[in-house]
Amino acid sequence: MSQDDSQIDHEKRKFLTQTATVVGAVGATMAAVPFLSYFKPSEVTLEAGAPIEVDITKLEPGQLIRVEWRGKPIWALKRTEEMLETLPKLEPLLRDPLSEESIQPAAAQNRYRSIKPEIFVAVGVCTHLSCSPTYRPEVAPPDLGKDWLGGFFCPCHGSRFDLAGRVYKKVPAPTNLEVPPYRYLTDTRIIVGEEEQQEESA
Amino acid sequence: MNECKDCGSRLLAWIDERFPLLKVWNEHFAKYYAPKNFNFWYFFGSLALLVLVNQILTGIWLTMNYKPSADRAFDTVEIIMRDVDWGWLIRYMHAVGASMFFIVVYMHMFRGMLYGSYKKPRELVWLLGMSMYVALMAEAFMGYLLPWGQMSYWGANVIISLFGAIPVIGDDLVTWIRGDFVISDVTLNRFFSFHVIAVPLVLVFLVFLHIVALHKVGSNNPDGIDIKAKKDKNGVPLDGIPFHPYYTVKDLFAATVFLTICAWIVFYAPDFGGFFLEHPNFIPADPLKTPEHIAPVWYFTPFYSILRAIPSKFGGMLAMFAAIIILFFLPWLDRCSVRSIRYRGITYKIALALFLISFLSLGYLGTIPPTPTAAFFGIVFTIVYFAFFLFMPIYTRMEITKPVPERVVWPPKPFLEREGWTPALARMIWKIMRPFFEKLAAILQSLPPYKKAAEAWSNTQTMIKNNKILRKFL
Repeated sequence: MSQDDSQIDHEKRKFLTQTATVVGAVGATMAAVPFLSYFKPSEVTLEAGAPIEVDITKLEPGQLIRVEWRGKPIWALKRTEEMLETLPKLEPLLRDPLSEESIQPAAAQNRYRSIKPEIFVAVGVCTHLSCSPTYRPEVAPPDLGKDWLGGFFCPCHGSRFDLAGRVYKKVPAPTNLEVPPYRYLTDTRIIVGEEEQQEESA
Repeated sequence: MNECKDCGSRLLAWIDERFPLLKVWNEHFAKYYAPKNFNFWYFFGSLALLVLVNQILTGIWLTMNYKPSADRAFDTVEIIMRDVDWGWLIRYMHAVGASMFFIVVYMHMFRGMLYGSYKKPRELVWLLGMSMYVALMAEAFMGYLLPWGQMSYWGANVIISLFGAIPVIGDDLVTWIRGDFVISDVTLNRFFSFHVIAVPLVLVFLVFLHIVALHKVGSNNPDGIDIKAKKDKNGVPLDGIPFHPYYTVKDLFAATVFLTICAWIVFYAPDFGGFFLEHPNFIPADPLKTPEHIAPVWYFTPFYSILRAIPSKFGGMLAMFAAIIILFFLPWLDRCSVRSIRYRGITYKIALALFLISFLSLGYLGTIPPTPTAAFFGIVFTIVYFAFFLFMPIYTRMEITKPVPERVVWPPKPFLEREGWTPALARMIWKIMRPFFEKLAAILQSLPPYKKAAEAWSNTQTMIKNNKILRKFL
């Protein structure tokens, strides 16, 4: 049954082996797609990430409330006049005072990082490694030093943010706190997870 | 009664016709010749295997009662601890086992660095071992999320969010890893799947390859010489002894000592003062409240310190991974032809000592909150850590080594003699250094950390004296 070696068409054999390998590799790559896509958030998870409504009627000046959206703490802080006055003063100490490299809706890309100056809405998650910073409104507490004019302090790695969530220089966090997409439903109701423009286009 | 005298051997013969049982046994046990001069450093390989068996066994048992869901995970762990018969023992054996695994593996790796076990022809043994180390870290990291305590949650959060620092794809990658916008039930479930099935399979397979590769090239030894170079007329290395029964029995002794220590920890200090199981992990995970101070479990702290030492997020991540990956290149970074530290030059001895100090210090720094002083030392030791590897091709090439013996030195020479320290010389050095050491001790004793430690030690002693059971050990 053995064949004479000279009768074998080596060219043809090589071609068939190579094409089979290529087709097999393409097939394996395509077969990997479902396995890798399986890791993405499912429909149920995506649905759970739908926008939420926040009622700020009872928010006192200087008070910060936390709500949960997509499992992250969302802060709504009503800033007093004095608090707003600290913001320009701190600007030389900040890494990104104009929020050019930070994430926020276009309507909130300003000094106050908010749509209405007094109401500050932000994702309460440090941009360094996702710890939740603490709200430290007091001026010059002993542990934060006499230059502290109020802001947010991350206990994990010592990142500091001002009362508009803008990051200080020389701390581990790279950017300002994220401001989530949000819009005012009425004067006292905010919807988090949707932006102004989206509504116009819809 | 049917007497069957040679049933045993006939059964063996029957199997041997169908499976190379005797061949495997001889190749890996009865006729695997290991150098006769193994010291205690050579226990840790077999101990690592022992811990792996413990982890798999206790892990299977834990899986019987654990439910990997965000709602139930913490509760089912507490049920295992309180309501399941002997559940506390199985769980603590698994938790303590994880830390013991790293102790044993770090000792095993350091042994390799002491005696040059990664050098030609054992590069693949080292690479396979390093792969196992990485797999083990993944296994431990994902396992730590499962109890769904505060530290589980926030520790995982910190590490996963590191990938977010990768430019362009970062955010999508993080969502892909978590399967959600935050660490959630979905993340917990997939980590469970990896921890229980995927990574253990990989680990076991790598162990198999590690041993096959080792037995192909033969074990190194504390003298770092090739025992296969000198053989008797039967082809048996003159300095070799069969692994079974010599080292099986020796390792068995090590196993009993090791298990005694483990038992003491499991029974008397299962959380090891917050090092093996961190205190915040006894509080259920709360996504809205970060613990005061997030620190990984001790075995990750050296790398965590390196992460913190770099003031940029992406840079910190790169440095951390680089610190692990650079270990893979050790066989090619080390250009010295002599394997064992016994015959290597003073430069490598100093370099290795500095590396050890920096690794341990980084480990300590990773457990404490990030103060400016800690950050400063973090940077210093990170530089030392990387300098050890990056300058290795230079300083190992210039090394002035000692003559390597032809045969293994048996019985081994004591350290001082090997280093050329005669008793008279050692006494003289001690005489000169003594006032310096005394002064240093006096300074150290006046520092608050020492006083705190001394107080803690005297408290422990009183505690032991007042305890009925522990008193008996004194």
